[in-house]
Amino acid sequence: MIDWLPPGLIFIFGALFIPLFNGKIRQAYILLLPIFAGIILLNMPDGNGYIVNFLSYELTLARVDKLSMVFGYVFVIMAFIGFIYSIQLKDTGQHIAAFLYTGSSLGVIFSGDFISLFIFWEIMALSSTYLIWARKTKASYHAGLRYLLIHILGGLSLFVGIIMNVSETGYIAINVLALSGPASYFILIGFILNAAVPPFSAWLSDAYPEATITGAVFLSAFTTKTAVYVLIRVFPGTEILVWLGAIMAFYGVIFAVLANDIRRLLSYHIISQVGYMVAGVGIGTALALNGSVSHAFSHILYKSLLFMSTGAVLHMTGKSKLTELGGLYKTMPITLTLYMIGGLSISAFPLFSGFVSKSMIVTAVAEKHLTIIWLLLSVSSAGTFLHTGLKLPYFTFFGKDSGLRAKDPPVNMIIAMGIASFLCILIGVYPDVLYKLLPFAASYTPYTGEHVVWTMQILLFTALGFFLLLKHLGGEPCITIDTDWFYRKGVSYFMWFINSPMSQFSDWLNKIIFVIIPSYLVWISKNPVAVMKIASDNVLLRFSSSKKSAQIKHRIKKEKEIYPGEIINHWPIGSTILWITLFLLVYTYYLLS
Amino acid sequence: MKNELDFFDKPENIRFLKILFYISLGLIVIVDFFITRKHIHFPWENIPGVYALFGLVACILIVILAKILGHQWLMRKEDYYD
Repeated sequence: MIDWLPPGLIFIFGALFIPLFNGKIRQAYILLLPIFAGIILLNMPDGNGYIVNFLSYELTLARVDKLSMVFGYVFVIMAFIGFIYSIQLKDTGQHIAAFLYTGSSLGVIFSGDFISLFIFWEIMALSSTYLIWARKTKASYHAGLRYLLIHILGGLSLFVGIIMNVSETGYIAINVLALSGPASYFILIGFILNAAVPPFSAWLSDAYPEATITGAVFLSAFTTKTAVYVLIRVFPGTEILVWLGAIMAFYGVIFAVLANDIRRLLSYHIISQVGYMVAGVGIGTALALNGSVSHAFSHILYKSLLFMSTGAVLHMTGKSKLTELGGLYKTMPITLTLYMIGGLSISAFPLFSGFVSKSMIVTAVAEKHLTIIWLLLSVSSAGTFLHTGLKLPYFTFFGKDSGLRAKDPPVNMIIAMGIASFLCILIGVYPDVLYKLLPFAASYTPYTGEHVVWTMQILLFTALGFFLLLKHLGGEPCITIDTDWFYRKGVSYFMWFINSPMSQFSDWLNKIIFVIIPSYLVWISKNPVAVMKIASDNVLLRFSSSKKSAQIKHRIKKEKEIYPGEIINHWPIGSTILWITLFLLVYTYYLLS
Repeated sequence: MKNELDFFDKPENIRFLKILFYISLGLIVIVDFFITRKHIHFPWENIPGVYALFGLVACILIVILAKILGHQWLMRKEDYYD
């Protein structure tokens, strides 16, 4: 067996050579590398490969089975689309960051052990942060910093969990864990933070809209989906994930109503869509897990398509707020058409990719008769169409004419969007291309009469609701507070608490321990006998009659005035030695007896 | 401006699309009376057209819930964090 580099390392090492090339050669290199990685991927043999010794452990860098392969395929396809979309960028740093980010995401997918998983996990966090910072605005700098800190925190939790798990079991291999004991909880928190499960979700809707136009396309694809992958690997059938996922799907939809920035609206829908996948992992049946995998697959394609077309709007108009956009269909018809393919896919219209993937999860929930979960997911479906399929395109491309006359974006961007659109429709029309790749044994037929009719009923009547409420649905020039409030605003209250009451208390404590008490001791030690005399006079004062007390007061005053004065009793050294000898004698006597 | 689309700015086109939309709303409910139900997971799935109602109610509920939450609690001025 020829041990080719695993695809993740191809991207990571490939990133090193980007600065060596320029112009057309660099563009060719950037596009050829994903193709090369794809060819390697297609020829990877099943089983564990690329085993590296690290300390006293064996790291597995290529764990190849159906589950890792299906994620590997879509990641490489996604990387290819993303690089076409961003090929005109002059910023070397962004290309390198995108390469490292893609490579480390693939690294996580093919990791066979927790140590290499953790290493790639951290490279992911660092390289993706650069895609936010590269926008070079004040807002993106701050959002990127928050993003990085939150991910470092998540990575720390994962690290603690891994260390505890390895020391408990002695194994580093990634296997299914039962959710019991602190190790598994730490690992779970690390995972669901990257999956953007509330309350650990605000980093996503905070940072993605601030990222560069091309960076957001990569971001929308990798971080949350690697988290879904590791959840499938480690926590399938963990019940709490069903609830977290359903709440997450609903939460994303509610917050998307309030979003004014088009890329923030889409970011909340990432959270919502990943909620379906997390719920599917929690259900844990073969159908549900297949649903999570296939929904991750189609989600990467349609979400990147949506981010690419909103990115095109931002690129061409410089604006990304619903309140500032409108009437763009006149000059950006291609962008509108491609956007709508993504919008119909995420809304799960029949013949589009979401229909064949999301419904697997919803059906798996229905088969378990989890009515509340099912209701949450189904209401969220209506909400998804309401916003991504109707509200966003209506107020961006139709609605009130904003006067903007931007053209469709450059041809490379259109090609990238075109490929993603083609795949969205291909999967929708011919779901077997996706179903063949699925890792678990469960058959599913999406196109049945009742399924198509019922889905269309929900969607069309959601549209009716949209047009009835149209007046109230426009963007509002506001922002929404989310759990990021706690570290953006809450922290300033915390800092006030630290600064005012806490530091005053510590000043006071400081003064007592290091100033008042020592100086008092020093004062006493100057003449302890006189101090005792003053003290005894004070006691006397308490118990004496008023006639005598004036006299005592006078005496105390005088004693304090002359303090420390002359020390009254000079004990001669001789008598001291006498006393010591006496005590020693007594002591020895007791020792001997 | 040359080559600018204006299809959606003409009232007769909007009227045509509206009629098309209402017809499809009617059709999709009528079709529900004639399909065979193979897999029923919930009892309400036997009622034809129930998901049409579901879609409409869900849409309105989401908007009302979100707007109440937003205006009473979550929404701030754009410079809130600055």
